[in-house]
Amino acid sequence: MLDLNHIRAQFPILKTKMSGKPLIYFDNAATTLKPQSVINDVTRILSSQSVNIHRGDYQLSYDISNEYEEARVSVAKFINADVNEIVFTSGATEGLNAIAYGLEHHLNEGDVILTTHTDHASNLLPWIEVAKRRKAKIEYFKLTEEGRIDLSKLDQALHSKVKFITLVHVSNVLGFINPVEDIIKMAHQRNMVVILDGAQSVAHIKMDVKALDVDFLAWSGHKMCSPTGVGVLYGKKEWLEQLKSIKLGGGSNAQFNEQGEVILKSVPTRFEAGTPAIESTIALKSALQFLDSVGMHHIHEHEVILKNHFLSKIQDFKHITVYNPSTDTGIVIFNVEGIFAQDAAAYLSSHGIAVRAGNHCAKLIHHVIGVTETLRASFYVYNTIDEVDHLVEVLRDITLEKCVDLYI
Amino acid sequence: MDINDPQLMRSIIMDHYQYPRNRRECHDHDCKSVHMNSESCIDDIMVYVKLDHGVIKDFRFTGQACTISTASTSILSELVKGKTLDEAKHIIMEYRKMVNLESFDAETLEEAIAFSNIGKQANRIKCALIGWDALSQIIAESEE
Repeated sequence: MLDLNHIRAQFPILKTKMSGKPLIYFDNAATTLKPQSVINDVTRILSSQSVNIHRGDYQLSYDISNEYEEARVSVAKFINADVNEIVFTSGATEGLNAIAYGLEHHLNEGDVILTTHTDHASNLLPWIEVAKRRKAKIEYFKLTEEGRIDLSKLDQALHSKVKFITLVHVSNVLGFINPVEDIIKMAHQRNMVVILDGAQSVAHIKMDVKALDVDFLAWSGHKMCSPTGVGVLYGKKEWLEQLKSIKLGGGSNAQFNEQGEVILKSVPTRFEAGTPAIESTIALKSALQFLDSVGMHHIHEHEVILKNHFLSKIQDFKHITVYNPSTDTGIVIFNVEGIFAQDAAAYLSSHGIAVRAGNHCAKLIHHVIGVTETLRASFYVYNTIDEVDHLVEVLRDITLEKCVDLYI
Repeated sequence: MDINDPQLMRSIIMDHYQYPRNRRECHDHDCKSVHMNSESCIDDIMVYVKLDHGVIKDFRFTGQACTISTASTSILSELVKGKTLDEAKHIIMEYRKMVNLESFDAETLEEAIAFSNIGKQANRIKCALIGWDALSQIIAESEE
């Protein structure tokens, strides 16, 4: 069992209120809350060390550059990668864009990029654009009725035209953990490259890129307790070497001249042009220390306990439809009969409960669940059974009248 | 209509949300359409307006939207059908005053007064305006 009092005490925002009620935060798939150690890093750096990295020949800059590189070492250890395979980005979106556009030159007419209907816009849209430019094709894995990748159709899906497989590790809508081990194994037997969107996985389940043998992985720091503005692009060294940089500028080049000859720095520095989110990146290290102190295995276990408790409590509610009852993680999507998702979310907000309403940026998901708009509750390490019970009680009594009364 | 009768105001909104008026497509060649979505909300609606010699002959809408967006657009459709552009502009102006919590002419707005308190919920004002903004846009384009 987790020491929840100890964990919650590290998150000052949990002492605040929303709509005059104690905050119950169930929008963790959108972003997570920040522990005091992360907050301290940001305020420390902005208060007394707000200098640039990698270019000052003075002590402050030297110190902060070291801290920045220590964060890279921490990230590498966290996912069992080599330190020169870690590129800092602004978030998963930038990482996934960097991969798609950076690999574009490998695509020829008729090549296929394989993905899923459950993927997020930030993984689908760059590939849709790249495919258009190269006259390549996007294909989608066949899914089972509940929306899981159909492993029995894997052999057909990975046909000879497929060059890249890019998919979400954990769906931000369905909460399913995709069978990436099987996919990667078969893909590599057929010389295909596999890219994972780890936005909903790296902060929730233990990640070992060497054991998994994945080629690329991108995720956001803010979904794992760090500040916004920092993310990570992991790539196997040999693949990072083949990735074209989509962002050029200061810090990424070794030399260039007026004849247009450019020599880029080595990997990973060549991908980090411009001044990064220094304080957020350094604070990411503290976020990882927090997650390690709890233990990734315990985090996943705790989310599953909360999710199971929630599902068992609402299973008799005739007015609630759950679209992913077999979710593997702390992500549950549902609707209240006769109440538009956003109206229900606004009502929950008036009780201090934060959930998300919408299509959750996975606009092809209606192919799977049959509806476009849902409510999403996503649990994390600091959430409690009592909080889930409170959500259950508010959902028990929710009516359209009560939702409308907020505006009268 | 008593603006201070919360039960009546609630029943107007619920009625227009559950049984929206004029919610259907229009593909006639003389029907102008505009697609609206709001950044803060997940509303996604199409508004169709047919103008004929300065008169709003038809107003329809389709799409997925919250209670406030659906009901306010439904009420708008009934208010402006058959009105001249000048009359419609006057109604829209009074409605904008209301949602901005300024004094307004309740008689002009009829059932739309159900949203007289929406201005107190800043995050939902855009929902209450989505259909109204669409009509304003179509009127402005017709006058260019």
